[in-house]
Amino acid sequence: MNADFEELYQQVILDHSKRPRNFGTLEGPAVHVDGDNPSCGDEIHLHVRFGTEGQVEDLRFTGVGCAISQASASLMTLKLKGKSKQEARELLEAFTDVVTLGEHEAPKMLGDLRLLSGVRKFPQRVKCAMLAWRAFEQAMQEASTGPVSTEKSAPHCS
Amino acid sequence: MSDPKSHRPSLESYRSEFPILHQTVNGAPLVYFDNAATTQKPRAVIDALVHYYEHDNANVHRGIHLLSNRATDAFEAARAKVAGYLNAAAPSEIVFTRGTTEAINLVANAWGNANLKPGDVILLTEMEHHSNLVPWQQAAQRTGAQLRFIPLTDSGTLDLSQLDRLLTPEVKLLSFTHISNFLGTINPASLLCARARAVGATSVVDAAQSAGHMQVDVQAIGCDFLAFSGHKMCAPTGIGVLYGRASILEQTPPWQGGGEMILSVRYESSTYKQAPSRFEAGTPNIAGAIGLGAAIDYIEAIGRDALQEHDQALALDAYARIGALPGYRVVGPTGDRGGLVSFVHESVHPHDLTSYCDQKGLALRGGHHCNQPLMRKLGFPSTSRASFYLYNTTAEVDRMIEILAEAHRFFS
Ligand SMILES: Cc1ncc(COP(=O)(O)O)c(C=O)c1O
Repeated sequence: MNADFEELYQQVILDHSKRPRNFGTLEGPAVHVDGDNPSCGDEIHLHVRFGTEGQVEDLRFTGVGCAISQASASLMTLKLKGKSKQEARELLEAFTDVVTLGEHEAPKMLGDLRLLSGVRKFPQRVKCAMLAWRAFEQAMQEASTGPVSTEKSAPHCS
Repeated sequence: MSDPKSHRPSLESYRSEFPILHQTVNGAPLVYFDNAATTQKPRAVIDALVHYYEHDNANVHRGIHLLSNRATDAFEAARAKVAGYLNAAAPSEIVFTRGTTEAINLVANAWGNANLKPGDVILLTEMEHHSNLVPWQQAAQRTGAQLRFIPLTDSGTLDLSQLDRLLTPEVKLLSFTHISNFLGTINPASLLCARARAVGATSVVDAAQSAGHMQVDVQAIGCDFLAFSGHKMCAPTGIGVLYGRASILEQTPPWQGGGEMILSVRYESSTYKQAPSRFEAGTPNIAGAIGLGAAIDYIEAIGRDALQEHDQALALDAYARIGALPGYRVVGPTGDRGGLVSFVHESVHPHDLTSYCDQKGLALRGGHHCNQPLMRKLGFPSTSRASFYLYNTTAEVDRMIEILAEAHRFFS
């Protein structure tokens, strides 16, 4: 088996895709974003509760999708929970750079999310890894500006 | 040559004539099972394109010079070849298009705008490719006609018991796929067209998945229009065909305007040529049409009955063996089917599965196969699909079965 493929689909990823953490919805006030990837039918429904300073108090997701999109969402929720607005934004940017640009070593702060950096060797799968993160990016936007119409701005990534 | 086991003709000798097949992908020999998306091209077709560009290239129907005459002759010879291939009454019933999608859009616009009005019904089936659905949704929006759908049985065939209820006098058009690119179902085309005719409805057949795989005789089918794509039957991309029955084509106004389709142009108005030229505005895909002619020669030399038998045998074998693998489920009817099999794994997403197969050199399609409404109805976000053509072998199906079994272990 190709080493790049094995690196991408290692046990941690498969484990998160089969037993996603923070899978579910949040009770009470929360920003709710639906994202999908129309070309393959992947879907995510992300709930985020932000604190008064914009910090990520809690987040959960449901959805269906491939192992990469599910594992990315699961690892993302673990990483972002409890982070300040600034830290969350930095993580979002760092992750996006790693999977879309991929010129540099994945920074340490990404922790287990670095396992997904191998996705850059499979260009058609980058959108799978990014699905949850685009939804989170939109949730941050909505938290600061009020809800945007999901019709126009749902994070499609075909 | 024949296969000793089954006495059916082996097409294996043709394989060497497809240069692209002889390569490795991700370190493994290529197994190309994405033929329903597009087929590979034999040397004979590639050579026909090269010959045209090296010797005959010129615009058609225009120049008073030798090359233009040669190009025009070759282009019109391709049209005659297509007419023969479909058993059309005359070459003038053959309109060249970019492909199936453009052919259906031509009917939906040119015929649809002239013939559909509020209260009319466009009858489709639940298994249509987006390209035989979206143009009709747009036509319905423009004209006020309504869409109606022939439902499917649980086994994935059309529920013909519903025809009496659905085929009312308001139905002005019936359009259906000959072979489903997702389920593999072969629809009873001549029966459906006869039923449409009985209520005075015009019939359209989407032959994208059948034209290169089986006998398609427009007179035996009795359709008014039929569309297919060259690239799914050994020809280049960018060339396709709309067959239109002469009596209907003559009554249909043009769709696109431009050069080639006019008799005489004044500043305020123009008069149009007869069909098929009326529907071919602008410089056509001359090389594509010539390539399609070469592809038809190639397929006819093999024989469409032999081809269908070959593809179907591979599909039935794959259907039975994938269905018997732990974790997998096959989709679509048992028995008579087109040369393709869609399937799902109980826990592995088709994207992961298709990526895994790609690592082993096996090219499958994973996704919604441009059948979103049906997939949604059946509860599959997406599936994987293996689709076969004349150069595929039983040994390649064996390889696929091994790879799918390995994938089951890898992901479990
Ligand atoms: C049943 C069917 N109809 C229509 C099409 C569209 O063909 P094209 O993209 O060549 O226009 C396809 C191709 O995927 C098909 O399988």
